[in-house]
Amino acid sequence: MMKGIVKKFPGVVANDHVDLFVEKGEIHAVVGENGAGKTTLMNQLYGLLKPDEGEIYIFGKKVSFSGPGDAIKHKIGMVHQHFMLVNNLTAFENVVLGMEPRKGIFFDRKRAREEVKKLSEEYGLFVDIDAKIEDMPVGMQQRVEIIKTLLRGAEILILDEPTAVLTPQETKELFEILRKLKQSGKTIIFISHKLNEVMEISDRITVMRQGKATGNLITSQTNPREIARLMVGRDVVLTVEKTSREPGEVILEVQDLWVKDNRGLDAVKGVSFAVREGEIVGIAGVAGNGQTELVEALTGLRRVEKGRVLFRKHEITGKNPKILRDFGIFHIPEDRLRRGLVTAYPAYFNVILGRHMMFPFSKNGFLDHKEIRKFAEELFERFDVRPRNVDLPAENFSGGNQQKLIVARELSFSPKLLIVAQPTRGLDVGAIEFIHRTLLSMRDSGVGILLVSMELDEIFSLSDRILVVYGGEIMGEVKPEETTMEEVGLMMTGHRLEEIRR
Amino acid sequence: MNRRIWAFLVPILSVVFALIVAAVIIVLIGQNPLVAYKAMVLGAFGNVQAFTDTIIKTTPLILTGLAVGFGFRAGLFNIGAEGQMIMGGILATVVGMNLRGIPPALAVPLTMLFGILGGMAWASIAGYLKAKTGAHEVVTTIMLNWIASHLSSYLITGPLAVGSGTPKSPEIAPSAKLPPILTVGAMELTSGIVISVLSAFLMYILLEKTTTGYEVKAVGFNPYAAEYGGISISKNIVMCMAISGALAGLAGALEVMGQYHRFLGTLSGGKGFDGISIALIGQNHPIGIIFAALLIAALRTGSNNMQFVGVPKHIVTIVQGIVIFLVAADRIVRTIVIRKKVKR
Repeated sequence: MMKGIVKKFPGVVANDHVDLFVEKGEIHAVVGENGAGKTTLMNQLYGLLKPDEGEIYIFGKKVSFSGPGDAIKHKIGMVHQHFMLVNNLTAFENVVLGMEPRKGIFFDRKRAREEVKKLSEEYGLFVDIDAKIEDMPVGMQQRVEIIKTLLRGAEILILDEPTAVLTPQETKELFEILRKLKQSGKTIIFISHKLNEVMEISDRITVMRQGKATGNLITSQTNPREIARLMVGRDVVLTVEKTSREPGEVILEVQDLWVKDNRGLDAVKGVSFAVREGEIVGIAGVAGNGQTELVEALTGLRRVEKGRVLFRKHEITGKNPKILRDFGIFHIPEDRLRRGLVTAYPAYFNVILGRHMMFPFSKNGFLDHKEIRKFAEELFERFDVRPRNVDLPAENFSGGNQQKLIVARELSFSPKLLIVAQPTRGLDVGAIEFIHRTLLSMRDSGVGILLVSMELDEIFSLSDRILVVYGGEIMGEVKPEETTMEEVGLMMTGHRLEEIRR
Repeated sequence: MNRRIWAFLVPILSVVFALIVAAVIIVLIGQNPLVAYKAMVLGAFGNVQAFTDTIIKTTPLILTGLAVGFGFRAGLFNIGAEGQMIMGGILATVVGMNLRGIPPALAVPLTMLFGILGGMAWASIAGYLKAKTGAHEVVTTIMLNWIASHLSSYLITGPLAVGSGTPKSPEIAPSAKLPPILTVGAMELTSGIVISVLSAFLMYILLEKTTTGYEVKAVGFNPYAAEYGGISISKNIVMCMAISGALAGLAGALEVMGQYHRFLGTLSGGKGFDGISIALIGQNHPIGIIFAALLIAALRTGSNNMQFVGVPKHIVTIVQGIVIFLVAADRIVRTIVIRKKVKR
């Protein structure tokens, strides 16, 4: 359907003669690392970008789109990563927005509601069409987006990373819906970088790497290892080996912690737990259930309202980040651009952030640029940060290398306790493997690690113990080998462990 | 290093372009732009007298430019250089008046120090308010400008008033005056220019070579990351406003000690506000600010001479306006580019 697509941006070829053939009525996955050119390719198919070279055929007809309007006319619909919904309107109002049925000059609410209801039921979407968007969970909002495309007559649906924001249960339900849509003859293009999902849902797979299509596979005749190799260009270890290890002394103890969010509402409500040396404690949960506030409170970036935090039995509640680093508590923040880096600073300035006032970087109040550069060059070598140019501003590195920069910095000062939030968000398979390995080797050398992540796979493969948070409270504590994704998923939606196991 | 060349190129190109636009306007009013520009250059640099005048005008402009520029680097928009300069001038005058009989070696530094302290204290009020309550420095410094302006008017018409005519304070002690390096007619070029250029170099070293500079710029670029790096934001705000105010206060003190030898109502005369344009043209770089201040001062002195060949001096206001617009527009364009990158 798309043939020899070339799209160039200043300095990069985002799509280099990419061919994409999707058959009618199949679920076709497009996989690749971040920056491989998946979204660029889809934006051309949806008319948001114009290809520099190449041709697009829809149902055998050659087309040229000058905007999404043309794509919609050719029965193509797209569900974006970020939903485009009006929060204070109801589901059905959102669906008909821009093509409202009319009665004279008036909006025909009844007919609009009927039409949307029919579609919702036909494909088993079960959306409460009278609910306001702002009151809906993310999974439901996504379904509203799907109905929107269906109402506009879409036969080809493009879903851009649809599972990134979903809980395991919601993902399962989404897959049900996708299968139903397929049965009724719709064609689905499913963009993802999660291999297990691709294996589960797709019929065929196009793999992309560095702007090129590197593979065209039939799902039933391939395996995750082969896909990963095509994505990264080398063999990748998908699950890192974890050796069993007896944890040591308690290093971090949190007692009845209460923290408020930016609006002044309680975000963390009386949380207590402990982390021991040589142990990874994972905190699982859907985004926005108090994880950010918890991490910020533990790292001195947010006020603790009530409760205590102890580091090796020393009270560290409310201490500032500098003192915490002096103790040996280091922090990999969830938002690397906002918190982790001064992006306008060169890389060699960024690798000393937080330790910039210490010898040998600072001598009598003056920075020793030579010493800092030497240190940065060593780190770049050790952590394989690319390109090997310590003078480049941090903003010019790719997301994966920015993250490596932060990880390198926080690990290089012999931490005793690491507080790690979303360490692999937006990273590709290769970088994820590297960071997972690094965290495990830190654990094996006796460092206590608190790991906050929205990725359940990550939590399961790294953690020794898992705490699940919902609404600022801990729903339960489980061991990864003694629980299931379903159980954790239920806790993530607000069920306590005691209720589930009763 | 693209960025550095860019930062250097933009102001120069802006000046060239502004001069071309102004030339068109001069043609439109029926004059020869080449004649006008020649008169302007001669008026600014043509003879010792003109040159001296330009340098004298440059002296305070470097300091107010540095004051605003330093604030920008720390992420603060100090609009209050005008008020801080007034307070520096007032305090220097009050101290300088009372130093009769004290040797210059002591009187000069003492007067200067109090000028610096005056500006520093005035700016610290805004810094403290921002750190404690979050009150935006643009609002508070504008308010403080008015307070300083009215306070000084009151002082030189009331408690400090001498003589009749223009409201003015008594002269400072002779030993507190800056000794002239060069006397041309009624004009005295003092060591003030040396002090302001030195201040620029000090600021350069502070920003580029010290740990404090690292922290200041980190807060300016990204306060969240700075906080994460263990840098106290509120401490930085107060400190940076104080340094910024100190520079403006020094400008006021030098005007008193080197130029007027007393406080006059017209002492600051908008030089604090000129600091904003100068910092902008100088791209907040200490060395750039020296040249930007020289440019503005030269335009001002040169414009008087231009009037003799029949071109109104307000042409330079147009030149100045266009330069600022272009330099600022470059930042708008760059900001948009950066925003887009972040979104993607």
